[in-house]
Amino acid sequence: MTTTPVHFYQVGSYAAGNRLVGEGDRTVQSGAGRTNALDSGHRACQGCGEALGARYVLDAAMRSCDGQLMAVNATGCLEVFSTPFPETSWRIPWLHSLFGNAPPVATGVSAALRVKGRTDVRVVAQAGDGGTVDIGLACLSGLFERDDDVLFVCYDNEAYMNTGVQRSGATPPAARTATTEAVGDSPGNPFGQGKDLPRIAMAHDIPYVATATVADLHDLEAKVERAMEIRGARYLHVLVPCPLGWGSAPSDTIELARLAQETGIFPVFEARDGSVTSVSPIRCRQPVEAYLSRQRRYAHLFTDPPRQDVIDHIQAIADRNIARYGLVGSDAPATDGEH
Amino acid sequence: MLQQIEGSQAVARAVACCRPEVVCAYPISPQTHIIEAIGVLVRTGELAPCEFINVESEFAAMSVSIGASATGARAYTATASQGLLYMMEAVHNASGLELPIVMTLANRAIGAPINIWNDHSDAMAASDAGWIQLFAETNQEAVDLHVLAFRLAEELSLPVMVCMDGFVLTHAVEQVDLPEQGRVDAFLPPYAPHQFLDPADPVSIGAMVGPEAFEEVKVLAHLRQLDALDRIPELAAEFEEIFGRPSAGLVGTYRTEGADTIVVALGSVLGTIKDAVDERRRAGQRVGVVGITTFRPFPTSEVRSALAGARQVVVIEKAFRAGGGGVLSGDVTLAVQDSDVGVHTVVAGLGGRPITRRGVESVLGSAARGELEPLSFLDLDNAVIEHERARVLSASSPGPDGTATVRRRPPPVASPVGEAP
Amino acid sequence: MERPFAITLDVGSSHANRTGSWRVERPVYVHRQPPCNGACPAGEDIQGWLYHAESGDYEAAWRLLVETNPLPAVMGRICFHPCETSCNRAQLDEAVGINGVERFLGDLALEHGWALPGAAPSTGSRVLVVGSGPAGLGAAYHLRRLGHAVHLVEAAQQPGGMMHYGIPAYRLPRDVLATEIQRIVDLGVELELGRTVTDVRRERAAGSYDAVFLAVGAQLARRIDIPAGDSSRVVDALSLLHGVADGDPPQLGRRVVVYGGGDTAVDAARTARRLGATDAVIIYRRTRSRMPAHVEELDAALAEGVTVRWLSTVDSFSGTRMTVERMETGDDGAPRPTGEFEELDADSLVLAIGQDTDLSLLGQGTSLTVEDGVLALTPTMMTSEPGVFAGGDATPSTRTATVAVGHGARAARGIDAFLAGRSNPEPTPAAPATFDRLNTWYFADAPRTRRAELEQVRRQSTFDEVVVGLTEDNAVFEARRCLSCGNCFGCDNCFAVCPDNAVLKLTSAGDYEFDYDYCKGCGICAHECPCGAIDMVPEEI
Repeated sequence: MTTTPVHFYQVGSYAAGNRLVGEGDRTVQSGAGRTNALDSGHRACQGCGEALGARYVLDAAMRSCDGQLMAVNATGCLEVFSTPFPETSWRIPWLHSLFGNAPPVATGVSAALRVKGRTDVRVVAQAGDGGTVDIGLACLSGLFERDDDVLFVCYDNEAYMNTGVQRSGATPPAARTATTEAVGDSPGNPFGQGKDLPRIAMAHDIPYVATATVADLHDLEAKVERAMEIRGARYLHVLVPCPLGWGSAPSDTIELARLAQETGIFPVFEARDGSVTSVSPIRCRQPVEAYLSRQRRYAHLFTDPPRQDVIDHIQAIADRNIARYGLVGSDAPATDGEH
Repeated sequence: MLQQIEGSQAVARAVACCRPEVVCAYPISPQTHIIEAIGVLVRTGELAPCEFINVESEFAAMSVSIGASATGARAYTATASQGLLYMMEAVHNASGLELPIVMTLANRAIGAPINIWNDHSDAMAASDAGWIQLFAETNQEAVDLHVLAFRLAEELSLPVMVCMDGFVLTHAVEQVDLPEQGRVDAFLPPYAPHQFLDPADPVSIGAMVGPEAFEEVKVLAHLRQLDALDRIPELAAEFEEIFGRPSAGLVGTYRTEGADTIVVALGSVLGTIKDAVDERRRAGQRVGVVGITTFRPFPTSEVRSALAGARQVVVIEKAFRAGGGGVLSGDVTLAVQDSDVGVHTVVAGLGGRPITRRGVESVLGSAARGELEPLSFLDLDNAVIEHERARVLSASSPGPDGTATVRRRPPPVASPVGEAP
Repeated sequence: MERPFAITLDVGSSHANRTGSWRVERPVYVHRQPPCNGACPAGEDIQGWLYHAESGDYEAAWRLLVETNPLPAVMGRICFHPCETSCNRAQLDEAVGINGVERFLGDLALEHGWALPGAAPSTGSRVLVVGSGPAGLGAAYHLRRLGHAVHLVEAAQQPGGMMHYGIPAYRLPRDVLATEIQRIVDLGVELELGRTVTDVRRERAAGSYDAVFLAVGAQLARRIDIPAGDSSRVVDALSLLHGVADGDPPQLGRRVVVYGGGDTAVDAARTARRLGATDAVIIYRRTRSRMPAHVEELDAALAEGVTVRWLSTVDSFSGTRMTVERMETGDDGAPRPTGEFEELDADSLVLAIGQDTDLSLLGQGTSLTVEDGVLALTPTMMTSEPGVFAGGDATPSTRTATVAVGHGARAARGIDAFLAGRSNPEPTPAAPATFDRLNTWYFADAPRTRRAELEQVRRQSTFDEVVVGLTEDNAVFEARRCLSCGNCFGCDNCFAVCPDNAVLKLTSAGDYEFDYDYCKGCGICAHECPCGAIDMVPEEI
């Protein structure tokens, strides 16, 4: 009887680590020696997806560059909860300037390192969706166009959470925010054209663009690692659920990120030089209701009777994503992270 | 090294001698010739090592400078007018983060209406931004002040803005004694930042500071600015020692001995004013000039001393606050508040309107006759003003009941100077 | 570096902010009872030994296994594995092949000659164990480990009870059985074969036994009256299997009819095929779905050419012709006769319609309470007579070897407590690790490995073992399919998913501790724990 070597490790393929797999196959986050770039004592809400995402990204980046890393941070939740005087939660060199200027500040850091011959030190810029898709977009586009040697990370929680949950350019249709209240005939955020930053980034033909969520750690870290192998402008868009703004249970943060991916609402893929090179296929496809109904920002859709028209509209958007990226079925390109 | 050279080119060469490591700017008239020239110097390798970065906005230009400076690189940028306003958020941020960036401000009016010519509206808009502001009277001063600015900025960990009048200086070709590299190196040591991003010694720069410490942060910044008042004369002296020529410092005086009327002004207009003063002196009027080089921090006691013998002070300003009055004159008034010196504000040269020797002389004539209003406008076309005011006053707008109503009477216009009353 | 006041801060300063004070619920690590463990009649810690097996530490796995069950090589072959029936993984793809891994471990132990844990120092107590089937052997093993002397009396010539005389060799090779029994005997069990205990009370008194364990099984085949000619060959399945075990099988002819629907009927039919029958037909009065035989056994029989007539009863047997009445299912689900008959050729009829316990050995005047033909028991497996315990098929139970082994272990604990004069409450099992507590997204899809099976032709004519064991690779694969329900297995998820770094990882193998100074109580760790080993508990505020 012929046998094949065993590569299957219980949950080793998807959980953070496993006592049985080699250190190299475990996530950075599973290692007791991880940087903890964002340290304990920060003031993020319970179950904050952004706090999680930032540590995931920066710790992975730290491993990729031997700890020679600097971070530039836009104004926003991440900045406010991490550095209220007199306490900082950052364990790496970190600079906050303004809301909309994280890209050029990072460009300046990168330029300074280059002129000093310290190209071993790498630069990550990070911002929320507001700092990325709205107030920082012109600057970010400039960074992309110049191909500055910066990994720009957007932690997308889909609204201005720091100021009390107001709508941003990344707020999804129908979502309730403080400036798109769930009142009137079309409650919640109007159905606009959306502002798909990953595709905008791809239009710059920069060497690397990827999306990820805090639900798939292996995938996220692999993307950070690949991004760090490349020089030039790189963009990583990470979906980070916000219990406060989304009206979800703090314990549901990762679950919602997972559902966003598995419904097709948030396509997870990576692109090189402007073309999609791989997608993370949906393992267990779910209807959008599974995602929407766990969030109070969509509670107005689940009245009696439910707003099926709106739900169908959102489902159509998810379906379009699935078709566009081939997220379901055999036409999905294989991904690297799978075992 | 004496050279017949355009002001912008001269400043570019002086900046290059200061060995900035990151130069980032966004083009705006009348600053363009400066950054074009530096760009060439970087391309040719005359300025090396240096990263010259073209960005998409002034906001980005200042932000790149912030990033570079916080990483321990000497950073330089230049802008003007709208550009300064567009980067203003970052301008405040640079000083708040104590980053010793040097910026040339090629002074230009602020719109609307859009106007590319010189006045000081832009610099005044940034007068509370926490930057040291130095005003050059001549291109020689502009060149020398840049060298001094880098030294001052880095010693105090404060950004410095060198203001030079757009077109009047930036585009004027005249003889300038360009600083030699060796002397600049002798005057300006390599940048040794007080704080910078370093993986070997990680810190978080740019914390959120609440009510418990914000005021202290601001007062400490104020006190560091005041330190400049001590440091600038010392540096000017050191500059003279090394370069063999005096450098502008806090304030400059001209024929103030025995003057009962002293004109106070900023920038290149001081040349015209000095010519007018020479004329008036010949006519027997006891007038003098105080030129302010260091506008921020404001050298209050030096100004008070310089004005000590005067009976009245005429502040000629290329900017004013609509609804308020002069900006510089406010600082001058504070400086002489314990004396009975009368301070008159003459707003002049807005949007590039020429300030002529004759115009200044007429101001001094009015002053001599005691006819100068507290606030007046040089060479104002009163006919236009009166016509427009009359048109507005007679204009009707429909009231709630459809009948035309005159809303209110406008206040009287201050008497213009420069013509016979 | 000279730090500007307030705007520039040093690393580590956030530790001053103890965010644990925000918490209203705290996470705690728990051990829940996995459904496999809950379902195992032998009381095995299946999840526990799979944990060792998946890491390749087979000896540790085997040692944990034999903590409860001294017969893993046997059980890995004949257990009907209710563990797999209850396995949470079945709701994901397929149940973990626990039984196959158990057999792999059992065989590996035999191959390496691993010895069972030794007996404890003598307590001075003597226990009589009557019957050497799985219950008796299980009791003997555990009693010896507790330090009690054991006298094991077996009526037959070979030990093993139904394992020897009821289960065909193609399912349980005799060398495997003998070796595992010998391993128990080697612990110092005094084994006496070929003697039937006829009076328990007298035997106990005569031998000065401090306690007795009765594990006499159910050896009496039930009979029913079927009109049959004198020359008809009618045998019961137990006799058939017993004869085969003794090397003296009865002559059945070429066409054999087996009457019954249990595992014994299937064993009889498959045995008949191996004895040369061309036709082996099972007659069963209900439908297939109601058949008590385990589906794997039936499938194997069908694959070997055994046929089944559902909804049929044997009406009469003339020696060469058998009359069969067709049945139908009534509204109540019970079969009822239709009055339609058909005939088929048959050389012999094997009756496999159940067994009863021979209680004659209890002797005259016994006070043991008997209910429904078996001995009534207390929760500690004691009969109505103090010091006399019982287990296995002779007591109320599902009659399987695994249940019997579990009885033996439980009775041993009961006897030990009895001898020490203390009460012996069975430990309350932990709350169940139900499927809904798992976060199955983390489990990669992986179908179960199948045990290879002997080629059909070969198995029809021999008593060679049909099911071949797992290779090591397959055994590891199967072990790694375990979801570790309700018990941490060191996946690092909690450590990774905490937004506040409030889970401390103590060793690389995965020992964790919550840092309540910083844990805000968000509950992500509990939600993302793949195996449901974290509970959120309200804080007392």
